[in-house]
Amino acid sequence: MATVKPLPPPAKYGGRHTVTLIPGDGIGPELLNHVRELFRFSCVPVDFEVVNVCSSTEDDINNAITAIRRNGVALKGNIETLHTLPASHKSRNNLLRTSLDLYANVMHCKSLPGVQTRHNNIDIMIIRENTEGEYSSLEHESVTGVVECLKIITRTNSLRIAEYAFKLAREKGRKRVTAVHKANIMKLGDGLFLQCCREVAAGYPDIAFDAMIVDNTTMQLVSKPQQFDVMVMPNLYGNVVSNVCAGLVGGPGLVPGANYGHDYAVFETATRNTGKSIADRNIANPTAMLLASCMMLDHLKLYDYATMIRNAVLTTMNETRVRLNSPRRCSPHTFHN
Amino acid sequence: MAGPWRSTILNLLEKIGLRIKDPNNITKPKEVSRVMGAMKTQTTQPKSFSRGMQTVTLIPGDGIGPEISTAVMKIFEAAKAPIQWEEKNVTAIKGPGGKWIIPPEAKESMDKNKIGLKGPLKTPIAAGHPSMNLLLRKTFDLYANVRPCMSIEGYKTPYTDVDLVTIRENTEGEYSGIEHTIVDGVVQSIKLITEDASRKIAEYAFEYAKNNQRASVTAVHKANIMRMSDGLFLRKCRQVAENYRDIKFTEMYLDTVCLNMVQDPTQFDVLVMPNLYGDILSDLCAGLIGGLGVTPSGNIGANNVAIFESVHGTAPDIAGLDLANPTALLLSAVMMLRHMGMHDYSKKIETACFNTIRDKKVLTGDLGGKSKCSEFTAEICQRVRDMD
Repeated sequence: MATVKPLPPPAKYGGRHTVTLIPGDGIGPELLNHVRELFRFSCVPVDFEVVNVCSSTEDDINNAITAIRRNGVALKGNIETLHTLPASHKSRNNLLRTSLDLYANVMHCKSLPGVQTRHNNIDIMIIRENTEGEYSSLEHESVTGVVECLKIITRTNSLRIAEYAFKLAREKGRKRVTAVHKANIMKLGDGLFLQCCREVAAGYPDIAFDAMIVDNTTMQLVSKPQQFDVMVMPNLYGNVVSNVCAGLVGGPGLVPGANYGHDYAVFETATRNTGKSIADRNIANPTAMLLASCMMLDHLKLYDYATMIRNAVLTTMNETRVRLNSPRRCSPHTFHN
Repeated sequence: MAGPWRSTILNLLEKIGLRIKDPNNITKPKEVSRVMGAMKTQTTQPKSFSRGMQTVTLIPGDGIGPEISTAVMKIFEAAKAPIQWEEKNVTAIKGPGGKWIIPPEAKESMDKNKIGLKGPLKTPIAAGHPSMNLLLRKTFDLYANVRPCMSIEGYKTPYTDVDLVTIRENTEGEYSGIEHTIVDGVVQSIKLITEDASRKIAEYAFEYAKNNQRASVTAVHKANIMRMSDGLFLRKCRQVAENYRDIKFTEMYLDTVCLNMVQDPTQFDVLVMPNLYGDILSDLCAGLIGGLGVTPSGNIGANNVAIFESVHGTAPDIAGLDLANPTALLLSAVMMLRHMGMHDYSKKIETACFNTIRDKKVLTGDLGGKSKCSEFTAEICQRVRDMD
């Protein structure tokens, strides 16, 4: 998947790329093991630099960030955030995204022919602002019992994400971009976001632009999801909408996600689930992570390998009609191609 | 007035050796519909309960509001429900001190009657005043918004067997309206979470679950990111849960709820959450059962005030054309009847409404039929009369 600005060429030594691998918690390690097995089996010229992040100190995550700066590309599982810990212990995933300025989270939800869902013919691209908004982690308790949490919207970041969305829409030949907001209530914040989107839209007359309020959007998504094409939105609404769309096309195990910045790219599953309840039982669906690794291969310009693996995964999904909720073992699936 | 008479008669009867069991209790059937759920708390009956006639403040609203309000009034008449309607207008006016307020007669009426039924209100853009719904919320401190979402037999959606209730904190959170432009191009919106409001909404949610025989309450949050604010909300919910040991309490992230809701909505029961998540999730659930045109909603305030409303828009394009669907307002009115303890009437009207939709013979345009609003209303009235 090509990005907006021409990035510096990915690091390549002796014809092989080095990619940072962050196993994370829950189902992350086992899914990434499948990716490694598959890459070895397919002789993909990628070496993984594994960086484990355990949640207690910030050293681990800083090492991971340094490794990603070094390699430029990463594949990661979700790192668990224990929300019972005090606010000084920030979400590691969020820290990673903001430190590397991975400002665009891109997710492509497409109905797969072999997967039974209530809705068909869904093909939505979701572009979510990834660094600010409600995820600014700026909170304080001014008076005991009263907590304020700041949601920051800036013109620069809103313009940036809108520009990204429209460029991507044009590249992929998409016809319409919908901005999702709640500007009727958050007049200044989401109002600024919407204004930036409109300004950018003016520069792309070939692409239709409209706006929709977030609650109406979720309602439309569960009744008529086929009406949406490309959607762009601030951080929290992106979280909600991407999870709704992932659910519509078949669940968290099917959709890959990518986080792009100017200089770095990190690939993971779209819904970022830790999946603690299904960890280590060999039942987690590796499709999302495998497709994410294909997106990574496209980013590294290893298009042939990406296509080969993607076809293998999709053929397994569609033709052998592997049922999603049946307790099937995860590993034999990996060697099906 | 009846008090001294009654006690005199009882004393006389006692003297001659007769006792009447339970003289003061008008035992109502403790029937709680799975569908709409009573919101009756343990408090006393509203004050304007005189001779069985309950006065309710009716706010018809704008657009299709007047038509659907008339429809509801007709159906209630057909059911012979003991409701007296007091119509009021709530267009905002500038009060003393320059603050926007609702007309004093409307406020007085609500304070006296304690129960209101509201149609859709429009908020003109650039009128200078805040949204009407927001104004009402602030005036009566409507802290809880309750939306029971249950699949309607006869109105097919891709989701069947939905049976959940969303309870949303309605006064603070992300909708506090506090925003500043820090420097040009940087805006901050403040999300406010307070201990009091979180405790109140949690208590309401558990009370609701208890009164309606619901098995579990799930708190929806994003405490992994908003540690202090949603953390406070969660702590309060946990504290309140301690007092309701027989109701299962779980916590779930907002994204997980969204993900699971669209795959399998049957796993959810009562959901309690702060303002923004509540807004999004309650509309999501409304979408699962068929949209805002068939979803009832109730707002509970401090001092026993409760306003039930239809949550759809004013539909100016079909206003006055007798094409509107009164189902949402009707089901909200049914919720209102249950809240007041009038279970027989509520069951009657609700059954008539559902049967009409299930039979599919007389349906308004948005439900897939071709009938007019008046025909739909007449059909329900007929069914209600037939039930007597």
